[in-house]
Amino acid sequence: MIEQQLRRCVASWYPGATGVTGAAKLSGGASQETWSFDIVHAGGESGAILRRAPPGYGASPGRAAGLDAEATLMQLAHDAGLPSPRVMHVLTPADELGTGFIMQRIEGETIARKILRDEEFARARPLLARQLGKVVAGIHGLPAAKLPKLREMTATREIADLEREYRSFGWPRPVFELALRWLRARDPGPSQEITLVHGDFRHGNLIIGADGVRAVLDWELAHFGDPMEDLGWICVSSWRFGEIDKPVGGFGSREDLFAGYEETGRKVDPDRVMFWEVMGTLRWGIMCCGMMQRFRQGPDHSMERAMIGRRSSETEIDLLRLLAPRGK
Amino acid sequence: MQDEPTPIELIKAVADFLRNEITPAIKGHNAFKLRVGINALDLVTRQLKLADDGDAAEHIRLKQLLGADGSLIELNRALSDKIAKGEVDLQTPGLTEHLWQTTMDKVAVDQPNYASYKRELGEK
Repeated sequence: MIEQQLRRCVASWYPGATGVTGAAKLSGGASQETWSFDIVHAGGESGAILRRAPPGYGASPGRAAGLDAEATLMQLAHDAGLPSPRVMHVLTPADELGTGFIMQRIEGETIARKILRDEEFARARPLLARQLGKVVAGIHGLPAAKLPKLREMTATREIADLEREYRSFGWPRPVFELALRWLRARDPGPSQEITLVHGDFRHGNLIIGADGVRAVLDWELAHFGDPMEDLGWICVSSWRFGEIDKPVGGFGSREDLFAGYEETGRKVDPDRVMFWEVMGTLRWGIMCCGMMQRFRQGPDHSMERAMIGRRSSETEIDLLRLLAPRGK
Repeated sequence: MQDEPTPIELIKAVADFLRNEITPAIKGHNAFKLRVGINALDLVTRQLKLADDGDAAEHIRLKQLLGADGSLIELNRALSDKIAKGEVDLQTPGLTEHLWQTTMDKVAVDQPNYASYKRELGEK
């Protein structure tokens, strides 16, 4: 049924499109879905991705930028020459597909364990940290005047949000309390420069090929704030997948990440990056606790969510390694 | 008194069956879910083996740190409260050691292969 709707939709804007084939759902919760499909035309087939909220699910949840903003950001990134899919079409009511957009499908890998272990990526791995530094600097430099409306975050507000969420679980975690105290005591105040922040710049949202980074995805958590947040988040230990001595995604060093970033003329503040790494570690821990809540309260009793709930302790050990290292 | 086999033995037998006999026969997304399921059973086995001793030791440390008695969750609430108010911190004798030990005992159950944990154990 979705292929029929897609066929009708695609015919209205893709010159020479004769059909749609291979529609497959890649991921989806109740309110947001990602589909992969191919557009058939005289010249062959073109891979496409539909990202949508199905009809009846218009509003995006609390922190989300919204699908329209995601489409705008992706297209701006593409236009600026950053690795980003081209947005082919923004859904209209006439499409009867809900809200969202259709973008070019970019081939490559998003699964961290493959990127870190497979031979195919051996040449790319040593290049990635520097490349990603440059890419994220490009994101932070996107022209402010063209950006969509997004929430504005500060460290102070982020700490308060995390604390409120943690307290709502009603489950005591002394290590999280310690981290909250630590963050509040070292809150650097508002950033001198407020830029676009991707908000979820890490494994899973990056398409990697043998040649390196090919696309940045998932702008759902994009906002305005301290650009150092993105650099801290990608260094969170949970995204290193065992390679803990390579702080950037398990493939690179902070030095390479920072060098790539500064190549563009932008400046890194390493202390602020470290502050956001601690914040990010706590944030992932609280997100794991949230998964446990959704497992318990949600209708589907997903085993995966339950097990992610048990990953909150990994962030406690990483917080202790950051805040109270042993043997020093 | 319940009869044997013990819960640990039963769960381990099921997990081993799924791991050795079923895993090779399952493909795609269900193979991923099966792996998550086996991991969950292994976690439960570790918890049944380890949690009593870990909890007992944590209880003793908490009573000493707080100079008060109560259930494990009550004492953890009290400690959390004191950290939040700044009444205890990393300078407080015993707190750092307590948080480390408690966390190590938790990760031993949750994810004994987690790299940070293995590093702290001195294994890697």
